[in-house]
Amino acid sequence: MVEVTLWGSLAATAGGNSKVEIEAKDIRELFRKLAEQYPGIEPWIDRGIAVAIDGTIYRDTWSKELPEGAEIFLLPRLAGG
Amino acid sequence: MNFDPRFSGRKFTSVGTRPIRPDGIDKVTGRARYGADFNMAGQLVGRVLRSPHAHARIVKIDISKAEKLAGVKAVVTAADLPDLTDGDAAMYDVLDNCMARTKALYDGHAVAAVAAIDARTARQALKLIEIEYELLPHVTDVDEAAKHTAPLINDAIFTEGLEEKPVKPSNVTKRSQFGHGDVHQGFGHADFIVERSFKTEQTHQGYIEPHACVANFSSDGTADLWVCTQGHFVYRQHCAQLLGMEASKLRVTSSEIGGGFGGKTHVWAEPVALALSRKAGRPVKLVMTRDEVFRASGPTSATSIDVKIGARKDGTITAAEATLRYSCGPYAGSWAEIGAMTAFACYKLDNVKTVGYEVLVNRPKTAAYRAPSAPMAAFAVESAVDELAKKIGMDPVDFRIRNAAQEGTRSSYGPVYGPIGIGPTLEAVKSHPHMKAPLGKNQGRGMACGFWFNFGGQTCTDLNIGMDGSVSLAVGTVDVGGSRASLSLVAAEELGIDYSQVKAIVADTSSLGYNDMTDGSRGTFSSSMATISAARNAIKILRERAAQMWDIAVDDVVWEKGHAIAKGEKHGNLGKLSLKEIAVESGKTGGPIAGHSELVADGAGVSFATHICDIEVDPETGAARVIRYTVVQDAGKAVHPTYVEGQYQGGAAQGIGWALNEEYIYGKDGRLQNAGFLDYRIPVCSDLPMIDTQILEIPNPNHPYGVRGVGETSIVPPLAAIANAVSNAAGVRMTHIPMSPPRILAAIEAEREWSK
Repeated sequence: MVEVTLWGSLAATAGGNSKVEIEAKDIRELFRKLAEQYPGIEPWIDRGIAVAIDGTIYRDTWSKELPEGAEIFLLPRLAGG
Repeated sequence: MNFDPRFSGRKFTSVGTRPIRPDGIDKVTGRARYGADFNMAGQLVGRVLRSPHAHARIVKIDISKAEKLAGVKAVVTAADLPDLTDGDAAMYDVLDNCMARTKALYDGHAVAAVAAIDARTARQALKLIEIEYELLPHVTDVDEAAKHTAPLINDAIFTEGLEEKPVKPSNVTKRSQFGHGDVHQGFGHADFIVERSFKTEQTHQGYIEPHACVANFSSDGTADLWVCTQGHFVYRQHCAQLLGMEASKLRVTSSEIGGGFGGKTHVWAEPVALALSRKAGRPVKLVMTRDEVFRASGPTSATSIDVKIGARKDGTITAAEATLRYSCGPYAGSWAEIGAMTAFACYKLDNVKTVGYEVLVNRPKTAAYRAPSAPMAAFAVESAVDELAKKIGMDPVDFRIRNAAQEGTRSSYGPVYGPIGIGPTLEAVKSHPHMKAPLGKNQGRGMACGFWFNFGGQTCTDLNIGMDGSVSLAVGTVDVGGSRASLSLVAAEELGIDYSQVKAIVADTSSLGYNDMTDGSRGTFSSSMATISAARNAIKILRERAAQMWDIAVDDVVWEKGHAIAKGEKHGNLGKLSLKEIAVESGKTGGPIAGHSELVADGAGVSFATHICDIEVDPETGAARVIRYTVVQDAGKAVHPTYVEGQYQGGAAQGIGWALNEEYIYGKDGRLQNAGFLDYRIPVCSDLPMIDTQILEIPNPNHPYGVRGVGETSIVPPLAAIANAVSNAAGVRMTHIPMSPPRILAAIEAEREWSK
């Protein structure tokens, strides 16, 4: 079980919860279970969500494991120049 | 991905040296081929007709007269680029931006295009296209557009991110919020509070090379595109989707690039050129004029930002808050969101809140511009931070050091930081001789900090070893800042050979797996990781071949300093085998030797910079001149220090132009008044001092060499550093960018008036 923090706008799609607990071993499973529990999140996942694990931002490595006790923070997937 | 990206702390032989770049001679002798330098037999000239109106319904388009003109081979409108985006709203916006459908949404919006045998005929044909417009009220100012009374640009847009679902459409497309703690409580603990509003005007990336491409559609349904871009693989995906092609049938080759800075991450003319070529059955070359580049391609946002920061007498910030409004052009974007995330990222804050509003205006579609959205937020925040330090009576550097984020700090945008460089850049600035240099009359000094995330992404690289021992490196990230030199150094480092043995090229989309574009400061970070992986794969094969040549077990062969070495006493009589010696024999040991890599280079380290600027202001004219400028930035590891310094200097130079002169000026009619370099003033050499640089190297733990991105962070602090310097020189706080002479003069005169 990992605790996941959602950024302000995303929290609204999870019933106003800024923190949710999810049983997930990696980012792929995290997204799948988030979409199951909070269907409103799915369009955001389709548009792109980045996952910060202990401060390191992952945008595409959906196989990245979520270590027990790690800080998991969801962020908008951003554009660069 | 069987690759360990963790920082290894190795010592370097090639990395960190400063050899000549492989593309240098061609560039200085004029042989390098940029977007407009490619030509094909029988190619036509493409030209685009653009709306002269800021906001107008397209009632009717009649192309019949243009089509009949001798020499015209194709005329296209939105009808030739039908909506195939299948509900993808972002791609629909890209399509509509490439060719207006029901409405022209800004001055310069493409409404039709022609392909003709020469430029004269094409221009004549544009004049023969008859368009009936129904003019609509327009709005170009970000604050005006956000008002309930503003003309609506898209009545299907309802603000996202509000607690209650809105019942009326709005030009505000989205609200986003970040932060933690309780700012209300935090301000209650403050002894001093600074609260101010700031504005920044819209600027263009100002790349020297306009957008240019040649499109060639074949009758078998395949097509080629030669184009100046930051991401040819992304252009392939987008063009194929908009034209209803399979991506595999479109081959895109990137040219040399005369500057991109984010502006060449988006398609503009390329789908139009392809549509023209498809219709005409001939190659079509489409090159934007400078006027078109300004009117129709990617400026950054204009912004309006409110900042409030409170601190105790001892200099500890107790709360920080910002509301940021960013213009997006006429299409939804997430520019204010990025500003809201980056605004306070340099600081350790218990109570912080930022709110961003994305605002539609009748201006060109906002595009990424080098650390997009961060410079404007930094301008507002760092100006307020400077003012607060003064109010408390603290040195501005000491005040920032006291409040700087560090490893373990919760960032203002959410996650906790790993090892970061904001503190070291501030300490370096504090002890830099620039800070102690005396100032003359009418001169002022300012400093400011900046942050950017840096990104990685999908990356694919091939490393081929020739039979002569040369190494060819094929990468898929466009070289915008010297990455071919940097990546050659990385290949040389891993293989243990000389830099001169490696030749890096940017491969086309049919020669290599998919690569994300060169954005987010990812080019060297990502492709160096892929190059290291490819080189290690090649070394594995080199060891196998050496084992064959010696007829020993591969486990007995190690790779050191460019040679295979048989280890153990039993092989004591075997000499070393060089890479070249193994390559020469490759035909007899299994054929070509190569290393391939495909990976997602995630884990790019965040980056910080602190800049110092000295300005002299003429109190009679308001003219400001930069007399000294220093950049201190964390690079993680500078692979090729000269090009890292070049990025630092380039970011500062662009920031100086943005801070002092550059601005889109619209008339009341909603038309752009200064679409050319004579009226839109970017800095030239004579405007700039030598920009001093200091590279710090705080290794990124998620890269084998510790590399972070370096391309973008350097443009984040300049607006604020210069504003702080001008404010100190002029004796009045500047709150509106650019600080052009009339604006500085008006501020000085208003201050004089107020002081009477």
